[in-house]
Amino acid sequence: MRIARLLLGDEAIALGALHAGLKGVYAYPGTPSTEITEFIQNACAKEGHDIHCTWSSNEKTAMEAALGMSYAGCRSMVCMKHVGMNVAADAFVNSAMTGVNGGLVVVAADDPSMHSSQNEQDSRFYGKFAMIPMLEPSTQQEAYDMMEYAFWMSEKERLPVLMRITTRLAHSRAAVRVETEPEPHDRLAPARDPRSWVLLPANARRKNDALTTAQSHLQELAASSPFNLASAAASEKAPKGIIASGTGYNYVMENISRETDIPVLKISQYPIPEEAVRTLAAACRSILVVEDGQPFIEEQVRGIVGPDYEVDGRLTGSLPRTGELNPDHVARALGREPLQFYAKPQGIVPRPPALCQGCGHRDVYIALNKVLASYPDARVFADIGCYTLGALPPFCAIDTCVDMGASVTMAKGAADAGLFPAVAVIGDSTFTHSGMTGLLDAVNDRSNITVVISDNLTTAMTGGQDSAGTNKFEAICIALGVEPGHVRTVVPLQKNMDGITAAIREEIEYDGVSVIIPRRECMQTLARKNRENKKDRQ
Amino acid sequence: MKYDIILSGVGGQGILSIATIIADAAVAAGLQLKQAEVHGMSQRGGEVESGLRLSDSVIFSDLLSSGSADMILSMEPMEALRYLPFLAKDGYIVTSTAPFRNIPDYPEEAVRSAYEVLPNTVGIDIEALARDNSMPRSANMILLGAAARHIGILTPEQLKESIRRVFGRKGAQVVETNLRAFDIGMDAR
Ligand SMILES: Cc1ncc(C[n+]2csc(CCOP(=O)(O)OP(=O)(O)O)c2C)c(N)n1
Repeated sequence: MRIARLLLGDEAIALGALHAGLKGVYAYPGTPSTEITEFIQNACAKEGHDIHCTWSSNEKTAMEAALGMSYAGCRSMVCMKHVGMNVAADAFVNSAMTGVNGGLVVVAADDPSMHSSQNEQDSRFYGKFAMIPMLEPSTQQEAYDMMEYAFWMSEKERLPVLMRITTRLAHSRAAVRVETEPEPHDRLAPARDPRSWVLLPANARRKNDALTTAQSHLQELAASSPFNLASAAASEKAPKGIIASGTGYNYVMENISRETDIPVLKISQYPIPEEAVRTLAAACRSILVVEDGQPFIEEQVRGIVGPDYEVDGRLTGSLPRTGELNPDHVARALGREPLQFYAKPQGIVPRPPALCQGCGHRDVYIALNKVLASYPDARVFADIGCYTLGALPPFCAIDTCVDMGASVTMAKGAADAGLFPAVAVIGDSTFTHSGMTGLLDAVNDRSNITVVISDNLTTAMTGGQDSAGTNKFEAICIALGVEPGHVRTVVPLQKNMDGITAAIREEIEYDGVSVIIPRRECMQTLARKNRENKKDRQ
Repeated sequence: MKYDIILSGVGGQGILSIATIIADAAVAAGLQLKQAEVHGMSQRGGEVESGLRLSDSVIFSDLLSSGSADMILSMEPMEALRYLPFLAKDGYIVTSTAPFRNIPDYPEEAVRSAYEVLPNTVGIDIEALARDNSMPRSANMILLGAAARHIGILTPEQLKESIRRVFGRKGAQVVETNLRAFDIGMDAR
């Protein structure tokens, strides 16, 4: 029996996975993917399922743990934001070589327009790169329905399946018709096949041949996929046909739902079914490609139909070259001017986000700015998290922010080049995600850097998830070889400012690796705990 | 019939609770619904916006088209203006009149003069009403009450039913306060 539930795209994926017999989700938080894992965590807390759902240290450890669970015969899922795919890439690409045992679905949440990300990369390239089947839902309902199908296909093809979503689907709610109970699903026997799982060159070559040979079969699967839809061909050649995927399909239908004379091919499963593209091309005089993200389909369609056929899209300027699409963009690409009755008035200013009042990161930057005022050559290599907002006024305290963990290693490289003082600022969760290995490099080289691990006891930027290293930072740094006397903990409060600035100054003057750990709980998680305590006492 | 709403405000003002109430009422009424939310970066005191689309037939896009919003419902006067290109010709703006000044040069004059020329504007000092009625955390329900008579696709009673359901797990007193806030908004001019 199915009932209607109001779900975010992320939640629809989570529930679809639960209903498909998921045994474990492995993930590191990242907007817009975080709510998938959180939904499963909440369901487990409420309903007591025996499903693994605690956070992983980073996307690579998540991907590998999920592969291990699949090896053992169970269905597992990995969730991450798009840039997490870069971190997981080694494990991800090689999981296509080993193949899987229990179904393994990787969900990558892309962020066109960079609502909360440092780039706009399109995860579909990873799916093609790894040569595995890929799904891209347009609606919350499809997201739910695709999960059972994805696990089924993963087990049948013995390959991981990549599910690609974008912010707009992840964070939009709709009523979804869902089952009330999980499908009963038997676990498989653990794998025991070293010839598949030990990727020595002799095995890897065989597996690589098999994966390459399977490509035409995967394309046939996509051609007959229940999620790829082609509207019936008209009797006459249409001036324009449309190929659309994901949320792009929704914007197309928003504009042309009442017009049946425009042929549409909806691609929701990859590899791109080339025959379907040729059929559409034959029925039309030109094709418009509408996809959220980079021109992934568009480039391939050009290759399929050849240089003499007119293909429009992001590459030709019919649609914006970058950024999230919307219904107005698609209207313009179809030659219709969107309505507008009121212009945005002059003088309306942006309202950028800021560090919360009372946040410990504020005190860290106040202290750092005070000390560094006497070192005009100083550079602050920062990292990703709430503390990146230290780039904005009134602090303007950081010089770089690139990828998770880069603070420590960029400071090290700059120090190796003689830059002084080279200061790294990194959050607690980011440090255990990707900072620790860099710190070991610095220790081994005795690089002259000062690392500030601004510890707010949580992963704040993404909504306050548990942080893998909580209560372990001093021990980790000392174990990695930082001199115990140069691992110093302070409490970032205005009243301690003199002590903090003195500690920073001393550690900058120390020739070697030093670590300062300002530690005070995030205001948001503190407030949440206080609310929960109050509720408990009532 | 369709009804498209843009909800706007500043991170932390409670626009998502308003969205939850309307969405719940819509589902209970058997309407189709799409609600695009904002999560992440923008919530830390930055601008937040949520598109809410209700219809008795299928809705394709999660995002509104420009010129199509039947209402801009805003917890902050400048934030409402940011989304004016989305407003339909005869659309309504229902907004709090209290500026949220967490930026250095709040454009008081630009905001004031913009409202002078806009038709169909309902401005209510929900902060003052919430304070005077000792319900500081229910300003958003006062705003919803003020909007209720204009949201043609749902009745005020359907919205109140939704308040009972959604706040129900927080206890009878919370439900009572929010219903009272809603009524104060309904009566406000
Ligand atoms: C590879 C990668 N994974 C995930 C993210 C999403 N993300 C950005 S900041 C952050 C958390 C940072 O937490 P922490 O370092 O503790 O700093 P805080 O926000 O608590 O200050 C995450 C998970 C990302 N940008 N890149």
